[in-house]
Order: sequence, then structure tokens, then C-alpha cells
Amino acid sequence: MDLFEHQAKELFADYGIPVPRGIVAHTVEEVRAAAEQLTGRVVVKAQVKTGGRGKAGGVKVADDAADAVAKATDILGMDIKGHTVHKVLVEEASAIAEEYYFSFLLDRANRTFLAICSAAGGMDIEEVAHNTPEKVAKVPVSALTGIDRAKAREIAVAGGLPEKSLDGAAELIEKLWCCFVDEDASLVEVNPMILSADGQVKALDGKVTLDENATFRQSDHAAFEDKAAEDPLEAKAKEKDLNYVKLEGNVGIIGNGAGLVMSTLDVVAYAGEAFPGKPKPANFLDIGGGASAEVMAAGLEIIISDPAVKSIFVNVFGGITACDAVANGIVSAFKLLEERGEAVTRPLVVRLDGNNALLGRQILHDAALKGVELVDTMDDAAKRAAELAAVGA
Amino acid sequence: MAIWLTENSKIIVQGMTGGEGTKHTRRMLASGARVVGGVNARKAGTVHEGLPVFGTVKEAMEQTGADVSVVFVPPAFTKDAVIEAIDAGIPLCVVITEGVPVHDTTAFWAYAVSKGNKTRIIGPNCPGIASPGASNAGIIPADITTAGRIGLVSKSGTLTYQLMYELRDFGFSTAVGIGGDPVIGTTHIDALQAFQEDPGTDAIVMIGEIGGDAEERAAAYIEQHVTKPVVAYVAGFTAPEGKTMGHAGAIVSGSAGTAQAKKEALEKVGVRVGKTPSETARLMREIMQSR
Repeated sequence: MDLFEHQAKELFADYGIPVPRGIVAHTVEEVRAAAEQLTGRVVVKAQVKTGGRGKAGGVKVADDAADAVAKATDILGMDIKGHTVHKVLVEEASAIAEEYYFSFLLDRANRTFLAICSAAGGMDIEEVAHNTPEKVAKVPVSALTGIDRAKAREIAVAGGLPEKSLDGAAELIEKLWCCFVDEDASLVEVNPMILSADGQVKALDGKVTLDENATFRQSDHAAFEDKAAEDPLEAKAKEKDLNYVKLEGNVGIIGNGAGLVMSTLDVVAYAGEAFPGKPKPANFLDIGGGASAEVMAAGLEIIISDPAVKSIFVNVFGGITACDAVANGIVSAFKLLEERGEAVTRPLVVRLDGNNALLGRQILHDAALKGVELVDTMDDAAKRAAELAAVGA
Repeated sequence: MAIWLTENSKIIVQGMTGGEGTKHTRRMLASGARVVGGVNARKAGTVHEGLPVFGTVKEAMEQTGADVSVVFVPPAFTKDAVIEAIDAGIPLCVVITEGVPVHDTTAFWAYAVSKGNKTRIIGPNCPGIASPGASNAGIIPADITTAGRIGLVSKSGTLTYQLMYELRDFGFSTAVGIGGDPVIGTTHIDALQAFQEDPGTDAIVMIGEIGGDAEERAAAYIEQHVTKPVVAYVAGFTAPEGKTMGHAGAIVSGSAGTAQAKKEALEKVGVRVGKTPSETARLMREIMQSR
């Protein structure tokens, strides 16, 4: 889960990392109040979970409260890389002497943690890393030994930070490591980490990605969830413990196993290219290896409540759960939904393969569910589902 | 022949007495795997599914001669379970558990490295490893395929089963599900190397998916070291772009991690990449038929 900048800074503050004073505002009235409370020059910063805000015009300095309102009027509602700005962070302006870059992250390739540090921080860090990689220090950090003050200082030196910043940077880096580990983060990034005019090293921005696998021991992370931004269908699916992602197309997809479902999306998109309107997948939905009747019903229920869906493709490989059990699950799911008055009215293409495939197909054939078609292979079933979506569109 | 898991492998199950552990211990036994015991400190000395339960991995190894452990313990206890297996010096530890925090995986991997990497770790969040007709350590349904001379390595469980099923007339030496987590113990490259060296494997199927740059690195490895034919499949061409934050990821990997980038990297080194799982199976079929 990615955090907003203001959430990242709240976390940083909990770990004693110096951050500017700031107030979150959702409306221009709140911006005025925040600016008046902070007094003096402030920075109005769009709160969106994407990079490049500065370059997109989402970060503006304001001289006073009236100016802050003017700047916020432009920023609130702005679109930055597909993210609409619903809130801003109003922050006291910092007198910046120097800008550095610092992050801790997971290095997948080397299966370790990595500290990245550079004296050339700021908006152009990507270009710096690309054009002058020698200016960016990448230091592996062992999960077993971690970071102490001395190691933190070494990294700051490796990043080329000047002597005057080393003490402050080492302290910040050590605290940031505590935050990274204790919060189960896979990324904590401070860009820029600044040396202020009065000689303090501070986090002027913050990006944090938290590991959702660690929720069982990070109960307070639930408060960071951005419920407002969640798609309503995704929220509903989440309540039912379904792994669902809403997409733009009109072929509803249900499958078992993340890899198989991802593959199903691809195969449907390829197949759709041959039909008018080029039908595409409407969603990703993985009902897991088990594929029980209840989960199948819950999945179908989500899919049919999406008005964009014109046809449905159920793609199941019977491995651990054999196809006859899956077929019975589909039949029960239809009954369950009918009893609830939510009958499946859109055409449904089923592909069952794997253990007891013939038996499973026979069960569905005998049940003669309305609108249900059986197709033997994944590729042909994808074609049929796309064709039905094109007809229904 | 097979890699890493043979008919002589003796398997213990960490977390055997739990729901998933019980279910899959039964399945492994039914498929002919030599499961010789389980580990649960609180139930040491008892018998479960007709097998002895030991207090520690070390004790289980001493008593049974086990050389493979399959881990089903819940995510909160997985790190300790794997570290225990490493300390006991078991040669192969297969971690099925899904949802392990990445800090825990990174920690047990660092621990394994610090102990000289004597324990091969597969997973976490993987279906395990199966050498059809010989043994089965994990949750791969043994009965969907047959023994043969194709090696398979995959990030995805159900896509593994799909390919094993489609190519069941040729059969497999070993299928390894390495898991799709950001940090995993055994990589595509480890499996490619083992299959290249295995006299019982003639050709290799590699299944990847979006994220990271493991497939790109595997492509570079294949160019240098693999002479056996490889066909590949990559899932996720149409998956929506992940909301990655910050610049850090791009700085590290230098690759977008897209399916297209992976496909191109593989094709550049002569690997044939199927557009769908079935097409991938067809490509492998052509290779096996021409032998």
C-alpha cells in the first residue's frame, strides 16, 4: 500500500524525523485556515500517489493565506498522471540550502535491502541516476545487521554529502531505518532530504510503501487506507475477501490462480481484437485454487453487478479442486444467486480443464443453465466470450 | 531423473497438524511421496495421519533421515520455521505459505546466505516441486501429468498445472513452482542451471509474469549457459500498470518489468515465447516431436 505524502510525514514524525509543520486541507477554506495558522510563506502540495507532482504544477509556494487560496484553487481538482487531486498539504516554507536524495528499499534482484543516497537530490534524481550514476551511492543493507549511526554516516559519505550535513543526515537515516523495519515498509524515500538555511537536515518530502502481507502485525496501518479512492466494486469484493481489480472492458473474468487469471486477461484481449468494438476484460478476479461454490457465487455476484459486463468468462483449471467440484460449484452458485433475485442474465462461457474435466463438463451440460456455454480450450473460450461481448455491446 | 527431488527424497512437513498441512500431507502420501513425519513443538510425540510428530526439524531429521521439509505454518511463524530448517541443515526447504511479510523473507534469505547457503529454499508463496512418478513436495496436483523429459520452472501455480496438463503425453522430469513474491529463495536461473545439468531433462518450459526483472536476468543466463531448448510464456501483457511510487524502483532495476520487455529479452536470446499458454505448449510439443 502506497501512502500519501502527508501520511508518510506523520509516520516520519513518529520516529523523530524532522519534517516541516503542515496541515492537510480538502477545500480552499481549509487551505486559508491552514495558511493563517502556519503564518508566513507556505507551500501548497497536491496529495496524489504518483511522482512528478512538481513538474506537473502540483506544488506551489504562496506568500500568504490569500495567495495560498489562489494556488490551491488551481491545484485542487487538477489531474496528475490520471490521479485527481482531492486534498493538499499546506506546509510552512523551508529555507533550503541544499537538496539531497535518500531511500531504503527492497532490492528484489539481490534479495536484500538497499540504501540509495545522493548529494544531487531533487526533482531530477532519475536523470542524475541515468546520466551520472557515480553520483548515486547504492549500499546493500543486510536484514540481519541493519543500520546503526556509524553505518548511516558511511552511507551519507558515500552519497557525497558535505561534512556539515553528515551528523544530521546520519541521525535522520538511522531513524528512517527504524521506520522502514518497524513499519514493514518496502520503500521509504526522502526526496529531497534538505539541509535548511539554519543547518538542520529534514525530510521535505516522503514516499512510503507498506507491505500488505504484514497487516497481521501492523493493525494501525488500516487507518492509512484510502477508502474514498477505492472503486465501489473493488471495495465490495474486498469485503468478501475476493481478489478483484476493476478494469475498463466488458468481458467479466473469473478464474483460479493469479497467474492463470492474468493470462486469461491477455488471451481475452487478443481474442477481442478480431471483433467489432474490440471487447476487453472488465476485471481481474482470482477465486483461488479452491474454487468453492460460495466463492464462485460471491465472484459471480460482483461481476454481474458491474453494468459494463456484457459476457462472462469462467476459466478454471481443476488441479487441487477437481472440475466436477467446480462444476457443482457453478450450478450451486446459479441457484444461490437466483434465490437472492440476482440471477445471471448475461451469457457465460465456461472452460473447465484438468482433473475430471469430462465429468465437470457433463455436470454443466446436464444442468442446462440458461446462457451457459461450454468451450473446451482456453483460447476458443476466450474467443467466444469476446464474440458474445461484441454482440451484447 | 529429476532435479532436487527424487524417489529417494524423505519429506517432513512443518505445520503438518494444521488444516492445509493435513490436507496436503494426505495428498503427497497418496501421490507416492515418501513423507516420513511432521514437526510441531506443541504436539511432539504424537502421531498424525499415521506419521510421527517431532518437536524440532533437527530431531525429525535424526530420527527419519529426512532431507526435504515442506513448510505450511502461518505467515507470522514462517520466518522462524525456515530459520529452524536452515539451522538443522536440511538440504531442501519448500515454503508453501502465502502472505509472508517481505521483511521476514529477506531476513531468512540473509540468514541462509550467512550460513553458506547449504539449504536450498523454494518459495515462499509457491506450489512446491514435483518430480512426477518419483516424489512431490508441496501442493502440485500429482495426477495431472506423467513422468517425462521436460523441465518446468514457473512463478505461477495454476499456469504450471495448465502446462503440465497440456503436455502430459510427453511428461516432466521436474516441475518447480518458485512463487511470485518479490523475494524468493530459488530463482528461474537456479532451475535453468539445474535442468541444463540434468541428464533426464531434454527441454525446458519457463513461465514468468510481470514485475521485477527475473525474466530478463534469466534471458541473459540462457544466452550464456543453456544449450537445451527453452520455450517461455509471460503473463500480464494487458495487466494495468502498477501504481509504483517513488523513483527508487526504476533506479534499481533499470527495467520497466513489463511483459513486453520480458518477451523481447527472451526472444532476443532465441527463446520461443508463446502468446497463450496453449501456444506455448504447442511450441514445446514441436520441439519434443522433432527429437
